[in-house]
Amino acid sequence: MTFNEVKEALSDQFPGSVIQNDDLPEGQIEINSENWLEVATFMKTDPKLSFDQLECITGVDTGDDGPLQSHYNFHSMEHRHKVEIVINHDRKEPKVASIEQVWRIGDWFERETFDMFGIVYEGHRDLRRILCPDDWEGWPLRKDYETQESFHGILVPKIKEEEGWE
Amino acid sequence: MGLLENKFQDNVVVASLDKILGWARSTSPWYFQFGLACCAIEMMASAASRHDLERIGMMPRSSPRQADVMIVAGTVTMKMALRVKKLYEQMADPKYVISMGSCATSGGPYWQHGYHVLKGVDLVVPVDVYVPGCPPRPEALIEGLLKLQEKIQTERPLTRKLA
Repeated sequence: MTFNEVKEALSDQFPGSVIQNDDLPEGQIEINSENWLEVATFMKTDPKLSFDQLECITGVDTGDDGPLQSHYNFHSMEHRHKVEIVINHDRKEPKVASIEQVWRIGDWFERETFDMFGIVYEGHRDLRRILCPDDWEGWPLRKDYETQESFHGILVPKIKEEEGWE
Repeated sequence: MGLLENKFQDNVVVASLDKILGWARSTSPWYFQFGLACCAIEMMASAASRHDLERIGMMPRSSPRQADVMIVAGTVTMKMALRVKKLYEQMADPKYVISMGSCATSGGPYWQHGYHVLKGVDLVVPVDVYVPGCPPRPEALIEGLLKLQEKIQTERPLTRKLA
């Protein structure tokens, strides 16, 4: 299937879930976060789509007051087509349904995105930090991230770009 | 040695014994086989047949209990810093630390934007020798180890230190 056929198949099955966004580059589909789990299950199980491989989940911080985004890369081994799903989150309360039980690899991908961006994947059975220590403060890949001052009594020297050492 | 350490005044008999002890300690400092990043590759290369650390009496040990020298080879992240400290505390005295490469010495390329990197391993454990380089060649590491051996040789373990 071509990209447009995939997009049509999704919007036929879930009218209202696919958001028309002309700013997105070719290959990306924006999905409403409301019934993402059903859409994802359909993408996996529908024989025409059959997205059997979840390649990556990553987060994007669009900066300032813009939303946080989850990007999902799907690939179908069977039909050899691929698509990227974009979901926007509210910056204050970023959350979306977990697809960890649809694609098992989603477990670690979602934990990593949670670790770096603080996006909560609801329904994930083990949503802990995966790279940072459990008691780390803040979400490092967000644009407004501030490094913590000390970690277990170890001073973290802050370096500002123009002024040098603080 | 624990019972005798730092117990005696500086006199002729202890002076010679001290020298022997320093020499004995310096010629077989076993190092802790423990690598964190790319520097560990150079450390392994130093231990392998071409450079052969065992010819200067250094032999890798897999347990901190049996090691005398900890070579901090690589980037120390905040998460690892706590473990490095714990491993150092598990080593038996006398113990020495070599900071290998710019990451372990100062944070290296992560000194500005690496929020997760410890800016120098000397913030958590006392360092005896710093080896510069990114990563240092095996020759540089061996030079550092020889410097450490010189340092150990000048130590006088039995003599009471003047306050």
